[in-house]
Amino acid sequence: MSPVLEITDLSIALPAGADRPLAVSDMTLTLNAGEILCVVGESGSGKSMTANALMGLLPGGVTVGGGTALFHGQDVLQLPETARQQLRGSRIAMIFQEPMTALNPLMRIGDQIAEVFAAHNKFTPAERRQKALDLIQEVGLPDPKKIIRAYPFQLSGGQRQRAMIAMALALEPEVLIADEPTTALDVTTQAQILQLILDLRSRRGMAVMFITHDFGVVAEIADQVIVMRQGQVVERGAAAVVLTHPQHDYTKRLLAAIPSGALPDAREIAPVPVLELRNLNKVFRTGGGLFRTAREVRAVDNISLSVARGEVLGLVGESGSGKSTLGRSVVRLVTPDSGQVLVDGVDLAALTEEELRHQRDKVQMVFQDPYASLNPRHRILRALIDGPIAMGKSKSDATTRAHELLEIVGLGAEAASRFPHEFSGGQRQRIGIARALAMEPDLIVADEAVSALDVSIQAQVLDLLRDLRARMGLSILFITHDLRVAAQLCDRIAVMQTGQLVEIGPVQQVFLTPQHPYTKQLLAAVPGADWQQAHDLRSGT
Amino acid sequence: MIRRFSKHKGAMIGVLILAIVVALAVFAPLLYPRGPWAMVQRPFLQPMAMEGFLLGTDTLGRDVAAGLVHGARVSLLVGLVSTLVALLIGVPLGALAGFYGAWVDEGAMRFTEFFQTIPNFALAIVLVAILEPSLTSITLAIAIVSWPPVARLVRAEVMAVKSREYVDAARLSGLSNRRILIEQVLPNTVSPIIVLASLMVATAILLESSLSFLGLGDPNIMSWGYMIGAARTVIRSAWWLSFFPGVAIVLTVLALNLIGEGLNDALNPHLSRKGHA
Repeated sequence: MSPVLEITDLSIALPAGADRPLAVSDMTLTLNAGEILCVVGESGSGKSMTANALMGLLPGGVTVGGGTALFHGQDVLQLPETARQQLRGSRIAMIFQEPMTALNPLMRIGDQIAEVFAAHNKFTPAERRQKALDLIQEVGLPDPKKIIRAYPFQLSGGQRQRAMIAMALALEPEVLIADEPTTALDVTTQAQILQLILDLRSRRGMAVMFITHDFGVVAEIADQVIVMRQGQVVERGAAAVVLTHPQHDYTKRLLAAIPSGALPDAREIAPVPVLELRNLNKVFRTGGGLFRTAREVRAVDNISLSVARGEVLGLVGESGSGKSTLGRSVVRLVTPDSGQVLVDGVDLAALTEEELRHQRDKVQMVFQDPYASLNPRHRILRALIDGPIAMGKSKSDATTRAHELLEIVGLGAEAASRFPHEFSGGQRQRIGIARALAMEPDLIVADEAVSALDVSIQAQVLDLLRDLRARMGLSILFITHDLRVAAQLCDRIAVMQTGQLVEIGPVQQVFLTPQHPYTKQLLAAVPGADWQQAHDLRSGT
Repeated sequence: MIRRFSKHKGAMIGVLILAIVVALAVFAPLLYPRGPWAMVQRPFLQPMAMEGFLLGTDTLGRDVAAGLVHGARVSLLVGLVSTLVALLIGVPLGALAGFYGAWVDEGAMRFTEFFQTIPNFALAIVLVAILEPSLTSITLAIAIVSWPPVARLVRAEVMAVKSREYVDAARLSGLSNRRILIEQVLPNTVSPIIVLASLMVATAILLESSLSFLGLGDPNIMSWGYMIGAARTVIRSAWWLSFFPGVAIVLTVLALNLIGEGLNDALNPHLSRKGHA
């Protein structure tokens, strides 16, 4: 195999005042034709910066500090902008994480692909159109004639990513840089896109630089792996070797932090329900008017389930399955159309606004986005005591309890007097948990509470939840799209698809002997499932 | 925030100009104790023609510099007070519309549009004409024509902030809607309001000048617009009578705009229009 791209001692300098002087330091890598190289690291490790430097897309203030990147013997870092434009798209192409924002919302898919040819002055308009059609076919989009005339908003996330890939492939590049291309997608879609990239690699002999944070994805597609941490390469080698025999401590830690597929032992739980949902329904109507019928989405479709005291029920589903709406109905941020939400015998769905305010301590929620869930203008203490005080606690009691809770979630009481921006994502999520606990709820709804966190932080927060469950006998409705995470924490799993509950049962049962075809499909789509099993066997869990 | 603002060159120039104007306005009675109406020299004295009359005198022999300095008091006062009144109308209306949505929103927005469909200046003229020209009526008229943008801005900001997760969390804490709106939502909308307000002061000064120019100003108060209006008949023989008040208006409005832009960049660093390197 011949090297297509050789990066030597690449350094990327951050502007003064950043958390470290170099985003990437002394990065060296070789990319061979027909090879998939995965660059793995947590957020802030500099993995995306490397790709951006290659493409000349570094954000303002960030500059290449030194080193070379030889593409067929030519240093792309030294090329003038016009020469780079020639290179971009035609010989080195890139696909991005968020296919919605990477496509022009006002341009038809066919035109966007044809534009790539136009930008490089290739072919006549008729030929461009034909080529676009061929590409759409090649990336496996259904009904190419229709897709070519569609706008991005008319496609699903996975279809948009396919369209992005078609654009990237248009000029038959030798190198494809993929920056977290499947992170925003559902597991089943992710599996399809990974398969597509594998197919294209073998069909076209492209070299692929694949940037990801997910070792499951690495196990699925990588030939070579580079592990990055804080701008430095800590480990490199063949995928099989790195995954099975990691040398560096950091790689070992990362691998250990991945939620293993290993199932916890079943716990005895007394069947005293703390939450009971009875025939819950919620329909969203959009559009509609005098002449059109409204579009209806049955987000929650006649769902009944219960959570026992001290139990963790995992609610699993892909985006659009209605799992978040269900969670929000339980805390009544969304008012269901019909059905009952019985918490400790009180039907929350039937209360008036005023009555509800006095019952708010029954169910609390831990939110997904650690950066949006705390008021940036309030100190932490305020977030923790506002609720209890509104429930009638005295200020000094609430404050004492807030300090205790901050200790319990591992932050220390002195965190109370600080502002949210002084904390990292994982720490903020701990604050969110403490805030929920401060209300002494019967049930906590955790809506994708660890999804926005890096794996190692995710593992810590999951440990905390497990610890709290044991110490306080918490009942949790744990909403997630990640089956591996659900397996770690939950006693029972409920699987949702398009608003309906398709399967519910103890973790062991759902994972080992899934009944519903959709559950089977979800389990099969988890990236790196085979490797994971081998990994678990080896680590003896 | 303050550090970012002080790094903004334009904004610092704006602050400097505005500080001078404010100082002149504050110390006007000390600088020109005889007031702006006193006839102190022969009429049509050219600028710098005589010691002590740097900017010359007007058609009745009044000192132009005294008029400018006393006029600054009026311009700044009208600008500030009318903006405050406009905020007092616009912020609550926009906040309620954005927070409660549904029919509250519909009602408030239709009411706002009613004011927006009438050209600002025409409405201000009508209001002043009806209310009799006085400092109070001019201020009120300017406030009434300038609150709709505030209401719209606040409404949009409140709608954006109320969908944040911390607002959901506050709701789950059992806080009342009123407390959520006042304590959680509104404080997070202040930055764009501050920016808009600084620009509104500038617009108000221009409006007041325009009204006075048309003779709709308070007849007992010297203002920049009045000076230009009174001097327009002699503009070919005595240019300085309209030139200096004009420069004063331009500088003050420019200063306020620079400050507004600086505040915008300082409060919303992600939106600052600095290009990529």
